[in-house]
Amino acid sequence: MVDDLSRRKFLLRATALGCSAAASPVLTPMTFAQAPGDNRLVVIILRGAMDGLDAVRPIGDPLLRRYRAGLGMSRDSGATDLDGFFALHPALAELMPLWKQGDLAAAHAVSTPYRDKRSHFDGQDLLEAGTGQDIDGAGVRDGWLNRLLQVMPNAGSETAFAIGRSDMKLVSGKAPVSSWSPDGRLDMSPQARLLLEEIYHDDALFHDTSMDAITIAESLGMASDDSFGMSSRDMRAALKSAREAGDASVLARFAARRLNEESRIAAFSLGGWDTHRGQTRGITRALGGLKDAVLTLKSELGPRWDHTAVVAVTEFGRTARENGTRGTDHGTGGAMIMAGGAIRGGRVYGDWPGLDEAALYARRDLMPTTDVRSYIAWLMHGMYGVEASTLETLVFPGLQLGRDPGLLA
Amino acid sequence: MAFTPDIAAIRFGEGLSPSIEPAGSVRDVMAQLRGADVAAQNFPIRPYSDLYGEFGEVSRLQKLARRGRNSADEEKLANEFRQARRELNLRLQDAFAPLVSRSVTTTQPFRERLTRFWADHFTAVGKNNLTRNAVPSYIEETIRSHITGRFVDMLKAVMVSPMMLGYLDQNTSVGPNSRGAKGRRGLNENLARELLELHTLGVDGAYTQADVRQLAELLTGMGTDVTKGFVFRAKVAEPGAETVLGQSYGGGAPSVDDVMAFLDDLAAHDDTAQHIARKLAVHFTSDAPDAAMVAEMADAFRATGGDLMAVYQVMLDHPFAWASFGQKVKQPVDYILSAMRVLEVPEITLKKLNRSKRAAYVLTPMAAMGQKLYRPNGPDGWPEVAAAWVTPQGLAARIQWAMSAPSAFYRSLPDPRDFVGAALGSVADDRVKFAARAAETRREGVGLILASPAFQRR
Repeated sequence: MVDDLSRRKFLLRATALGCSAAASPVLTPMTFAQAPGDNRLVVIILRGAMDGLDAVRPIGDPLLRRYRAGLGMSRDSGATDLDGFFALHPALAELMPLWKQGDLAAAHAVSTPYRDKRSHFDGQDLLEAGTGQDIDGAGVRDGWLNRLLQVMPNAGSETAFAIGRSDMKLVSGKAPVSSWSPDGRLDMSPQARLLLEEIYHDDALFHDTSMDAITIAESLGMASDDSFGMSSRDMRAALKSAREAGDASVLARFAARRLNEESRIAAFSLGGWDTHRGQTRGITRALGGLKDAVLTLKSELGPRWDHTAVVAVTEFGRTARENGTRGTDHGTGGAMIMAGGAIRGGRVYGDWPGLDEAALYARRDLMPTTDVRSYIAWLMHGMYGVEASTLETLVFPGLQLGRDPGLLA
Repeated sequence: MAFTPDIAAIRFGEGLSPSIEPAGSVRDVMAQLRGADVAAQNFPIRPYSDLYGEFGEVSRLQKLARRGRNSADEEKLANEFRQARRELNLRLQDAFAPLVSRSVTTTQPFRERLTRFWADHFTAVGKNNLTRNAVPSYIEETIRSHITGRFVDMLKAVMVSPMMLGYLDQNTSVGPNSRGAKGRRGLNENLARELLELHTLGVDGAYTQADVRQLAELLTGMGTDVTKGFVFRAKVAEPGAETVLGQSYGGGAPSVDDVMAFLDDLAAHDDTAQHIARKLAVHFTSDAPDAAMVAEMADAFRATGGDLMAVYQVMLDHPFAWASFGQKVKQPVDYILSAMRVLEVPEITLKKLNRSKRAAYVLTPMAAMGQKLYRPNGPDGWPEVAAAWVTPQGLAARIQWAMSAPSAFYRSLPDPRDFVGAALGSVADDRVKFAARAAETRREGVGLILASPAFQRR
């Protein structure tokens, strides 16, 4: 399968250059010891830069309320107090039982190596590429989750699933990854299917993608053999699923379905984090989606939740101070959220840098003290037995793993 | 591969049409941009400033409804407001038929493609009840009228457009030391950052966070009145001069002229020329465009003070524009419009589509292909790389649409053996010709041709 896919990539290039397909190279084989096993990893990309200081609030620091008088940072954290210093945003209150039973954790003052330009799009590219800033994130076409699959020897095309409509660099690369969107249905007769395979035969990109599209549609039991025109009932169903396509619990439910079968890794994105204005309302909605996703995963995974780690990461944090429009602008350090029975929860990981102006990055953003990639790498090490040296060179090139934070229960 | 009329129509137009002759030379392609904008005249879309009166009326009813809460008239006032808002949105959604008819019938298809390119470059999404369906009107007034002019003029028009000022939060940004701040309100960096990163210099351009901050201060005062459009509010403009990209602006009485002076310099910046040249080249020719062609386009931009016609001319004259044929995949909007062009869907059919049919036949499938019309996820617009569109779910949606939509428009479809020539001309390959012959029904045959890589690449 890996061979096929690298050949496909080559063919694509070969087509563009007009050379012969016969010159396909052989992929250098990689051998590693661990099978995927029973552990499940769910990666949620929070697109738009989640405000870590609002999601996981350092309310023990009086500067927080001074910086953010207009953002509703109550002194009394009440039901969402975590450890006397940090408190969860009230929109995450329903996750408190998970915190108490040790299934929820956060890491604070984290960031990717991305600095200074504070562009969402470059920031997300770097987050998903998993490289350092010295390597151009936009230029790296594969993502760290795909490179993880490349070092898991028994990984098949169903091991990892990308869910949702947005382009996920995180999972793109040489290893096969399946994908699904809530509205990706396909109605096709066997006759037309054969002819389609024929017309896609010579175009590598279309050829392999169409195979996946048909396979997925069939595996979901949505393909029908005889209907070409869409009935009005189909239309309504299509409209409804398109509306729900961005719904966090729909994405999570599908992820859980795959993880209950042969998949071990799932990835999807949640949006709505770019709170330049009216942050209180915006982040409440976005965090509500994240909460729904976590609770849906827990309930749908049942006993498998005990072997599951959910990691929610974002491209960067936001300014320590509120801006002029009751929001926050693009920043640097932020927070990541972890959940699942596999996680040693009930604690906020990380070295807290403080909020004094002198301690802020560029006197405006939370200072990042830990590379967010190192937490993810330690999870991969613990869950899938990937060697430290492999993590530092292949999965996250240039990463210094540092000390094991002991994230796993 | 050198210039051929079919490739010109597919790469730099809306695709082939059974009844419209494609451009015969680069000169013909460029000629589409000179003289009157025929499609806009034939199928008018209301310019944004035409809508101020209606916006004013809906906001007036909204205010009455708000004030009437808990009064005897509460329900009546609320209904009047909702009714007016609904009618406004329905009127705005009527831009759908002229929009599609332009692409189906135009003899100047390069105009349509450039309009969509620049609308994407200056992406703005309507965020409130008044503006959520007004994007076509923004594009008509602010973008379309400038695609054959100078870049700086389009840039200035965008920066005073209510749609952009609303979308990137400029309306609410206030100079922290201005009278209007009252010690409570302040800056919002959103527009300042995207103006440098997306609209002009590019993310690798020569600017720093300090420039973003200073620019955010310089932009304070730029605002919108819902019934009048652009207004400059000196009261919320940050006092004093700002230094952006090493130059000082303002310092006297705050004025929009300071912003315009900055935009003149910004449009003339070396990095802007490079960024715009590359972006055009990526959109029209290849995800990895020829560096020499991009450099020549950037040089033309610099030499002519950002005359866009000169930049297009260099691109079309360059052999790479033709040699790289097939490297791009049509975005869903281009895909659907080019299919409707070769199917020659008549204006009357489009006009008769009600809201739910428009959604069912065009807008929902387009969203399933990954493109929600006028609603990209962020100010960076839609992705360019082929792999972003040829995804399992995206391709499934294209196949589904190709197989079902044509018969929604016509009771009887063309013979696939003829249709393959109409749709693909000289770029039809043997496999798609075979499929057209082997299909059992017209519907299958037409669907297969539209679903083929040859019809999706350009």
